[in-house]
Amino acid sequence: MLFLQAAADAAHGAPAAAAQAGHATEAASHGAAFDPSMPWLILALPLLGFVINGLMALVAARRALPHVPPVGDPHWDTHGHDHAPAMQEVTYAFADSAAAGHGHGHDAHTPSEQEGMDAGTRPNPADHAHDTHHAHDAHGHDAHGHDAHDDHGHAHGPKPWTHTLPSIIAPLAIFGAFVVAVMNWLAMRGAGEFDVIPGWSWMPAGELQVDFALLLDPLSMLMTLIITGVGTLIHLFSIGYMKEDPGYPRYMAYLNLFVFFMLILVLGSSYPVMFVGWEGVGLCSYLLIGFWFKEKANADAGKKAFIVNRIGDFGFLIAMFLLFAHTRTLDFAGTAQAVAGLEYGGAVVTAIALFFFLGAAGKSAQMPLYVWLPDAMAGPTPVSALIHAATMVTAGVYLVVRSSVIFTMAPTASLVVALVGALTAFFAATIGLKQWDIKKVLAYSTVSQLGFMFAAVGLGAYTAGVFHLMTHAFFKACLFLGSGAVIHAMHGAFHATHNPADAQDMRNMGGLRKYLPVTFATMAIATLAIAGVPPFAGFFSKDEIIGAAWLGAEGHSAFSQASLFGISGTALMGFIGGTLTLAALMTAFYMGRMMIYTFFGGFRGNETERGHLHEGNWTLTLPLIVLAVLSTFGGFLNVEKAVFDHVPVIGPLFNWVAAHTVGDAALHHWLHPVLTGSEDVVRNNLPEMAEPAHAAWPIFLAIVIGLGGLALAWVLTSKRNARIRTADQEPAYNGGLEKALYNKWYVDELYDRVVVRPLGAFSRGQWAFDRALDGTVDFFGRMSQTLGLWFGRAQTGLVNTYAFVLIVGVLLVLGSFVAF
Amino acid sequence: MEAIPLSWSLGLSALLFCIGVAGVVVRRNAIVLFMCIELMLNAVNLAFVSLSPYAGVRGQVFVFFVIAVAASEAAVGLAIIIAVFRHSESVDIKNFSLLRW
Repeated sequence: MLFLQAAADAAHGAPAAAAQAGHATEAASHGAAFDPSMPWLILALPLLGFVINGLMALVAARRALPHVPPVGDPHWDTHGHDHAPAMQEVTYAFADSAAAGHGHGHDAHTPSEQEGMDAGTRPNPADHAHDTHHAHDAHGHDAHGHDAHDDHGHAHGPKPWTHTLPSIIAPLAIFGAFVVAVMNWLAMRGAGEFDVIPGWSWMPAGELQVDFALLLDPLSMLMTLIITGVGTLIHLFSIGYMKEDPGYPRYMAYLNLFVFFMLILVLGSSYPVMFVGWEGVGLCSYLLIGFWFKEKANADAGKKAFIVNRIGDFGFLIAMFLLFAHTRTLDFAGTAQAVAGLEYGGAVVTAIALFFFLGAAGKSAQMPLYVWLPDAMAGPTPVSALIHAATMVTAGVYLVVRSSVIFTMAPTASLVVALVGALTAFFAATIGLKQWDIKKVLAYSTVSQLGFMFAAVGLGAYTAGVFHLMTHAFFKACLFLGSGAVIHAMHGAFHATHNPADAQDMRNMGGLRKYLPVTFATMAIATLAIAGVPPFAGFFSKDEIIGAAWLGAEGHSAFSQASLFGISGTALMGFIGGTLTLAALMTAFYMGRMMIYTFFGGFRGNETERGHLHEGNWTLTLPLIVLAVLSTFGGFLNVEKAVFDHVPVIGPLFNWVAAHTVGDAALHHWLHPVLTGSEDVVRNNLPEMAEPAHAAWPIFLAIVIGLGGLALAWVLTSKRNARIRTADQEPAYNGGLEKALYNKWYVDELYDRVVVRPLGAFSRGQWAFDRALDGTVDFFGRMSQTLGLWFGRAQTGLVNTYAFVLIVGVLLVLGSFVAF
Repeated sequence: MEAIPLSWSLGLSALLFCIGVAGVVVRRNAIVLFMCIELMLNAVNLAFVSLSPYAGVRGQVFVFFVIAVAASEAAVGLAIIIAVFRHSESVDIKNFSLLRW
């Protein structure tokens, strides 16, 4: 209600005329102020979706409780209740197997949900945890030991409303937010001045004045469009992917809540509001990673994500404290202004930037805090696509871009960001080379691509970072959803033959191109995009990043003159450029490898399984197609004419396309108002910095790398693809380096030794000390208790005893008088 | 008329007091206990009275105080005993130990 009211207020009442200081210069050139329409609705709709779906989840969970006879009710039998709850009406099944496509009568996904439907019991058949799938019964035999297929005859029936309504409400809420966002985007075009949309006073505490207010500027607008747009598609995909799951309404509620918090994160007008969203998405990530929490591996993965993120959140908090201590404000416009007045490259600004980066590294899975993201694949695949690829993990990049003034003021910190990003990009890419789990490949690929984004923002190429964030959201969401479709099909096939094999292992796949044509086509496009093949989206964005690194090495970056540990910025950027180039090559290679093992050659399962491979319904394919289209054309949003003028043949072509659609470097111009603050910093502190330079040669390099990596993958893996066997026969690795790569460089083991176990030992030591203290206190307690009991026996409660004692006492006293 | 020697009356008083003490220590019946307490009080009264020729009238005055206190004590005590009897249908003081720890 509050939100709706606020929305109505914001819609009717004209926004305050208080011009935002940071954009004052821009306002002069563009003039018109942005008049947002119902911005609070963007937040309210996902929240509403969460509330409704959450209530339905509660109802569903209540209904799923087993109907057991009440304890101690002797009349139970006479009341005519059925005494066999296990076979009762709680067993509903999903006759509508169209989505799953199990038209042959075996409803693959129909678990006999006798023992509580929404208890995280049953991993979606398509998506069980990698390590433990042998333990859990992947084939619908329930724990009671009878064949689930026998139930199917009588178990068919309509789904309860709690399982049908979320399919409508959840995607519609996000789509509604998307529509409002588009309306605001249309209104924003041409505007040059962005007001904070006032909300309410949230933390009025002396000097600390934090309002819960929104900031709709080009950057948050872009993020909002990505979140709600890609979010809508992934919600749609989730319908087909998750609706057979007993926890479906709960899943949709979490997903809506995630979008709500993510929108708070990007729309908040100050760091504390952003932090609310920051923590909220962390919570939703935790809930969704551990969605099938009855398997310990999944619950552990959720905890791991949450705990590792705590380290980052600590950095975020410290950065906020420092920021407030030195600027006395926490809203974006105010801090940008105040920070610019601090010492350039000083210790304070550097510390603030580094602590913010620690927060960003936690949320965005950068070294050394990246370890949680690959494990986060224990969640449902659409969650991996939405949270762990497209939106939440890019929050760190958003934070750095939002704090661009701080990071520009701290060149050393920015070099750290770039270096960590580049190393992460490289390191994660090496691990991705040798993973067999299709989702693990994509997970490490995500870590690697996030490294690219951080390298970009660390080099001062903020637009390039955001550009890659956007294109990555398109193609990585497409790849993840595609992998979901593949896993879905594989699981259906394995289910039909009662094969306990892992549906996520690429060694069990092969030749799926013929059976999943739509998935193959869309994933192929996304692969070309991520590999950096022109004209697909990733080509433009990745090229811009690598180009920025090489230009920085030539001294054209704002941070080229800075140094880190005595190493000059230019040398460092040369190293970063080289690392990123190698990482890009590996990206193309492992993506090509993944596609070849999954889609080419012959299917490695048996004939029956082959017959069961099929594409999902439209909710699964439509999002893939839309994302593939975006992956194809998304790159044209930022074609820099100055660069492509030097490129023969394709350069003019791209320039022509861009000029006739969105214009030259459209994203760059769109984001310009947000980045004026950092540009001013550069202008004031580095007056000799020339206008941004351009280099065309990295483009050739990028094309060679992209195509070369894919070609290399084809040469190196297609032969092996023809002869490898299924996962139970084919070893995961041969030899030393492959083993180290397959085991992720043993980083998890290293952390276990260096951090987890010493911490555990330390905690146990503390516990022992605590027990010693407790023991001392308890000893005195027990001693007085024992003594009390012992002396208490003297108190017989009989008057005679007391009289006797009294008399003895009197006699003693009198006797002493007589004696002395 | 020859006065009864002081030692006799004091001896009787001591005897009565000892009987009362022995009764309080040994008996379990609350009413008997009560009677024994009265016995002790009266033994003290006797001692006061028999000493009054030597110590003046104050001893006799004290006796009236003791009688008054004994009367009120008997009233309260009997009321308690009746209340306990209503509760446990017994006047055995074994039943009176409910407040023990």
